[in-house]
Amino acid sequence: MSELFLKAIFSENLALTFFLGICTFLAVSQRVETALGLGLALIAVQTITVPLNNLIQTYLLAKGAWTWAGLPEIDLGFLKFISFIGTIAAVVQVLEMTLDRYAPVLHRRLGIFLPLITVNCAILGGSLFMVKRQYDFAESAVYGIGTGVGWALAIVTFAAIRERLRYSDIPKGLEGLGIAFIVTGLMSLGFSAFAGVGSP
Amino acid sequence: MTPDTKRLTRPIIAENPITLQILGICSALAVTTSLATALTMCVALTVVLSLANTSISLIRRHIPSSIRLIVQITIIASLVIVADQFLKAYAFEMSQRLSIFVGLIVTNCLVLGRAEGFAMHNPVWPSFLDGLGNGLGYSLILIIVGTIRELFGAGTLLGFVILPTVENGGWYQPLKLMLLAPSAFFIIGFLIWIIRSWRTEQVEQPQYRVRLEAEGGRR
Amino acid sequence: MADLNPLAWWRRFLALPNDSGVKTLGVALLVALVSATVVSVTAVTLKPLQLANLERQRQARMEAMIAALPGMADILREAGATSLETRLVDLDTGSFETAIDLADYDQRAAAFDPELSMTLPREVDVAGIGRRANLASVYILQRDEEIALIVLPVYGSGYQSTIYAYLALEADFNKVAALTVYEQGETPGLGSQVEDPAWQALWPGKEIADETGAIRISVVRGQAAGPHEVDGITGATRTMAGMTNMLHFWLGDHGFGPFLARLRSGEISP
Repeated sequence: MSELFLKAIFSENLALTFFLGICTFLAVSQRVETALGLGLALIAVQTITVPLNNLIQTYLLAKGAWTWAGLPEIDLGFLKFISFIGTIAAVVQVLEMTLDRYAPVLHRRLGIFLPLITVNCAILGGSLFMVKRQYDFAESAVYGIGTGVGWALAIVTFAAIRERLRYSDIPKGLEGLGIAFIVTGLMSLGFSAFAGVGSP
Repeated sequence: MTPDTKRLTRPIIAENPITLQILGICSALAVTTSLATALTMCVALTVVLSLANTSISLIRRHIPSSIRLIVQITIIASLVIVADQFLKAYAFEMSQRLSIFVGLIVTNCLVLGRAEGFAMHNPVWPSFLDGLGNGLGYSLILIIVGTIRELFGAGTLLGFVILPTVENGGWYQPLKLMLLAPSAFFIIGFLIWIIRSWRTEQVEQPQYRVRLEAEGGRR
Repeated sequence: MADLNPLAWWRRFLALPNDSGVKTLGVALLVALVSATVVSVTAVTLKPLQLANLERQRQARMEAMIAALPGMADILREAGATSLETRLVDLDTGSFETAIDLADYDQRAAAFDPELSMTLPREVDVAGIGRRANLASVYILQRDEEIALIVLPVYGSGYQSTIYAYLALEADFNKVAALTVYEQGETPGLGSQVEDPAWQALWPGKEIADETGAIRISVVRGQAAGPHEVDGITGATRTMAGMTNMLHFWLGDHGFGPFLARLRSGEISP
């Protein structure tokens, strides 16, 4: 379990190894506080949705899921994209209402980016990997927390670097988006070093 | 140029989704290790984007604002499922290599971004053109990145050997970095540099300029 | 007159303000209905094609593997066979299963049916597959009443996908005749090299177990040293580990181990 957790954060980081959620990653990383807020919100959403989608997959969509009703042949796997997105949208909506009530400053700061978590490839990607690798419920929960933490770690680190980059003298054509891509590439290269580290 | 042609061609370089709008990057990078997978992804995304824009534009006047987002996502997700099913039926090996990334078109910011930003407020034909244009712009970048990565990472292009590698008895020592994730980022970064050196109106202004005191800078 | 009614209803529905409850529900239901219909029709219509693709790919791999083995085509011709014979094996008892009709049996589907499979406890599940069907297909080539070649389908978790392969063993059930990977979704250019003929050519001649019968075959980092090791692919460490674990599971006690042991000792024969 701990290996799965560490793998999800470091050597299989959704943002830096699989490039999931890069749009938001590049767009929201101008300031560390906003990045931190988004990261925490994403951890919350991921932790809830991956195990929840695991239950949906096991008891509703997978082949053999309807055996209890006498329909073992039914395989609704092709509906997984839309069911997962549905649960993610619902969880994000609930999270948005909770934040609005209990943390209005953060809610305002996050603005449009909170609903954008719904379409963050990292959230859907986490659930899709969970299905592909056939994790059970416990592993899904660990995987959810791990990938959330990994993505948050990546974006906060990136925001910190970008805040420093503001004072650097960068070639005109690279200013802004160009240098952001190159820095992300370097971070990804750094994180790939974790691939060799692990339990024997 | 008629407004329609402009709508089609503007997103190719002047308003390229990846290099200017920061949309559609997610699925872009992981599939560009070979030109064939990149091309399949381009076709899949362009088809989904054009059809999604068209369908959403068709019903735009009747979508209640409270369910706007979920209606768009439902339409996009259905189109992606259909595209995935077609791939599994007619291009089986390709769909296996693409693994989860076709599914991720559902959350591709480009598709949702254009649906929300354009198709919701424009008639059907321009929406279709906008979708097609953005798909082409996206494809352009993907094809360039895919070509560079496959050519220098494996010496092949679409499976045909161009630079015979040392492993296969040739002379070319492949750049393994090209097959790893970070190389895609570097290539796009440099592409942006090249585009912005040519089209200087895309250059972003720096937020702070550090100057020496002698030049008038302040402590 | 009656014709006008549904049309009038429709027009009235469209004329409702967008934010009214009726319209919201109506639009939601309509979109859901249309999407569901389109998706379901596509899925159902294309399913036979997809299944045919899978089957065709499996057959092609099998034929490619036979073609790749030196002399195998000749042996087949000599034996008067055009392909291999499919048989079912009960993994727990290690014996041939004759009661079930081969044509109906789908091992992949059976792995998920609780009546035809078992859940693997964590310590045992080195290949990361979760469940395992109780009956497995094997493909044999007989010559003069003896097994000349046996092909075992194996699968296990790789780095980011499940890897499916055929392991062909020679008549001593220890020497590898060939290994073909026929389905995988590993990193293109790195882990996906397991599907390359160049890498698969490293397998013939390797031995699975040593004299004591312990399973020793593995894919190592760097160069192989000895008949139980195979050169690894640089940059694909976890895919390599996945391959090794997959083989260890399927050649071990919860896979084909008992079956192979009984074949070796001569206890059972096809």
